[in-house]
Amino acid sequence: MELNPRIPSGPVEQKWDRHRFDMKLVNPANKRKYKVLVVGSGLAGASAAATLAELGYQVDCFTYHDSPRRAHSIAAQGGINAAKNYQNDGDSVRRLFYDTVKGGDFRAREANVYRLAQISTAIIDQCVAQGVPFAREYGGMLANRSFGGAQVSRTFYARGQTGQQLLIGAYQALERQIGLGAVNMYPRCEMVDLVVADGRARGIVVRDLVTGEIRSHAGDAVALATGGYSNVFYLSTNAKACNVTAAWRAYRRGAGFANPCFTQIHPTCIPQSGDFQSKLTLMSESLRNDGRIWVPVKPGDDRAPGGIPEGERDYYLERIYPSFGNLSPRDIASRRAKEQVDSGRGVGAQRNGVYLDFADAIQRLGRAVITERYGNLFDMYERITGECPYDVPMRIYPAPHYTMGGLWVDYDLMSTIPGLFVLGEANFSDHGANRLGASALMQGLADGYFVFPYTVGNYLATAGVSKVDAKHAAFGDVERETRDRLARLLGASGKRTAVSFHRELGKIVWDRCGMGRTRDGLREALAQIPVLREQFWRDVKVVGSAEDVNQALETANRVADFFELAEVMCQDALEREESCGGHFREEYQTEDGEAKRDDERFTHVAVWEWRGAQEAPARHIEPLTFEHVKPAQRSYK
Amino acid sequence: MNITLHVWRQAGPNVAGRFETYRAEGISEHASFLEMLDVVNERLLEDGKEPIAFEHDCREGICGSCGMVVDGNPHGPHRAVTTCQVHMRSFRDGDEVWLEPWRARAFPVIKDLVVDRSALDRIIQAGGFVSVSTGSAPDANALPIPKDTLERAMDAAACIGCGACVAACPNASAMLFTAAKVSHLGLLPQGQPERWARARDMVVQMDREGFGTCTNHGACQNACPKEISVDFIARLNGDLLKATFE
Repeated sequence: MELNPRIPSGPVEQKWDRHRFDMKLVNPANKRKYKVLVVGSGLAGASAAATLAELGYQVDCFTYHDSPRRAHSIAAQGGINAAKNYQNDGDSVRRLFYDTVKGGDFRAREANVYRLAQISTAIIDQCVAQGVPFAREYGGMLANRSFGGAQVSRTFYARGQTGQQLLIGAYQALERQIGLGAVNMYPRCEMVDLVVADGRARGIVVRDLVTGEIRSHAGDAVALATGGYSNVFYLSTNAKACNVTAAWRAYRRGAGFANPCFTQIHPTCIPQSGDFQSKLTLMSESLRNDGRIWVPVKPGDDRAPGGIPEGERDYYLERIYPSFGNLSPRDIASRRAKEQVDSGRGVGAQRNGVYLDFADAIQRLGRAVITERYGNLFDMYERITGECPYDVPMRIYPAPHYTMGGLWVDYDLMSTIPGLFVLGEANFSDHGANRLGASALMQGLADGYFVFPYTVGNYLATAGVSKVDAKHAAFGDVERETRDRLARLLGASGKRTAVSFHRELGKIVWDRCGMGRTRDGLREALAQIPVLREQFWRDVKVVGSAEDVNQALETANRVADFFELAEVMCQDALEREESCGGHFREEYQTEDGEAKRDDERFTHVAVWEWRGAQEAPARHIEPLTFEHVKPAQRSYK
Repeated sequence: MNITLHVWRQAGPNVAGRFETYRAEGISEHASFLEMLDVVNERLLEDGKEPIAFEHDCREGICGSCGMVVDGNPHGPHRAVTTCQVHMRSFRDGDEVWLEPWRARAFPVIKDLVVDRSALDRIIQAGGFVSVSTGSAPDANALPIPKDTLERAMDAAACIGCGACVAACPNASAMLFTAAKVSHLGLLPQGQPERWARARDMVVQMDREGFGTCTNHGACQNACPKEISVDFIARLNGDLLKATFE
């Protein structure tokens, strides 16, 4: 597997500018001759599909939802970063770049991150022009807040619904193009496989989720904007339908999968309340701006939080990290919370959380200010738990939230399969081993609005792609494999539901490849997962038919791929004998319990190559170099 | 707790539907309403029966996927709460609960509780956007927007497109949905150039899709999980009137 990142030459500040000039353009009159398939309609997919159509390309866009407005980008609460320096507090493109590389624990590609920081400002301009109602000050100018471990205020937000408003902006741009006939939108259509013909990605096979029809779509390039794979843990903050299938099918067709073990566990989620639990709910990290995190000093302290005097509370983040305190980065805040719960100081009926307390903030700022900032989050918390956070501290605990790993891409966002591009969370590119808050929305929109529309043009202009339609034999073969696979799931006639298998798989992955990982634990998981997978294929129960709405079949088909991903994830975590960012190998930590990187051996991207069902996947590496941000141990003290 | 469910089952848009009765047993009061349905569906599957089809995704009240009529109320018993955010502590042991899909001519049933809401997307296509192509935006702070104007626009922009307003309306009108988008964009300076055409075209499309007209019942506002106000409908009517003179 060749891993050429194709990073343009020249100083980092000029790489993207130079590259944009060096890239070939498609003549305006020729753009309509090219068709690009965009899979997914979240921030990355919708923005890409709309922008390509504006440029004049033919675009087919696919989503398994009933409408492109439903993608899980919509649930992002806190905000989007941009190096605007509107607050005059010392922000700059370079600082956003620096923070992101450092925050990613020196496992991201410098050139990509620099470009992301450069583009960040244009995203805000674009979104405001679309009518995205970002919060404003009384003078009418845009408001900012400090967010998720940043020491400058560079985060733009729309109440606690930033993801929703950004997605609606992109959705409206997309609907405008659909109305103009420039985008063919295929809702309720799930990509179930990728078609590679003559060494290039030439199309996809989809299942129509209403009729069950298996259908091929051919194009000149394919873009996957299909999100992350946190649902491998079963319980995560992702929406129920989020899955790895599109990315995993691409992996099995030859796309390298990078750093699958880099997963983000978000520190502020509502703790699990029982076995029936179907998902976990995130409470925006912005709450950490005003909330103080604490646990009782004494393990097993049963008193109500209000009855525990100041002196018997441990504000552990403020204690351990005096300069960042409650705003310490996500990976660190999560691990420290786990430590508290593991040591018996957890709170709540199940002792599985820590307090996030607003009493001081309410006293300092008044209840009205807190309501304005977090009202909807407080309401949501109360609906779910039945407790009012104005009166009792919230209980929070970390939960899987985002995956930094994903399909490997070069500087142009192209995977190891020519013509297959990967955008947004589905790729691995910009966040290294840990993503900073408010950076996911930024990356999704950067890829979709401002990177992919240029780089796909260069590919189409230079690759000499011949025309292929869905009659090509490769499509028939893939369709047949898809039908066989679905028939096998329907025909297993076992006893257990796919969800029950998923729950069991998720527990293995969470226990062994979650917040803390060990050599023995990972080996155990690697022994357990294949056994459970075998059992799944033998004993799964799916009723109904493939030619109808069949949600149980959809679920089973997705769970099947999670099994394979889980194995590679554990393998990746086992081979990476260091701790970095969200990947914490307990054997590799400093004396104060911080992640201890091994830069000598692991300053690289690990990229996995599928070599067939009978053979173990191969691990390749893309070495990383740091010319501008000197790798150091991250210190937030 | 134990609950008896009467659920609308319908194989497809052109087939007659009927209520079927199921028992949800041993449900925790901390479970969400959809988690209760998950339990029922898991048991149906284990018994070799087809589970109840319903839509849901984020389960955080923001994606707009979910929604069913619970005991005659779109989304269920509470104000400003989507179905996915209803918890079983709102019910009592032994309750009987009736579940139906959104009912409207413009929302044909696909299966059971799943309806086709693509008509709402087509209303947006008719004008629910600002025509600004990628790259042509001025600096974001070039256009100051008074804070209260912005907040009002945000109130309208909070719509999640779930369709509960249509399900609640005796005329099955999509006026609240349409008014929310017309107001979100029409209140902001960015939305002014297309303001009149937007209002006119979106309402024309709404009529074309087979939604009813608004006769000021206000049921939409009560059903809206984001509490979008009927004042926006008045505002839309104002814009429509002005649009005829533009």
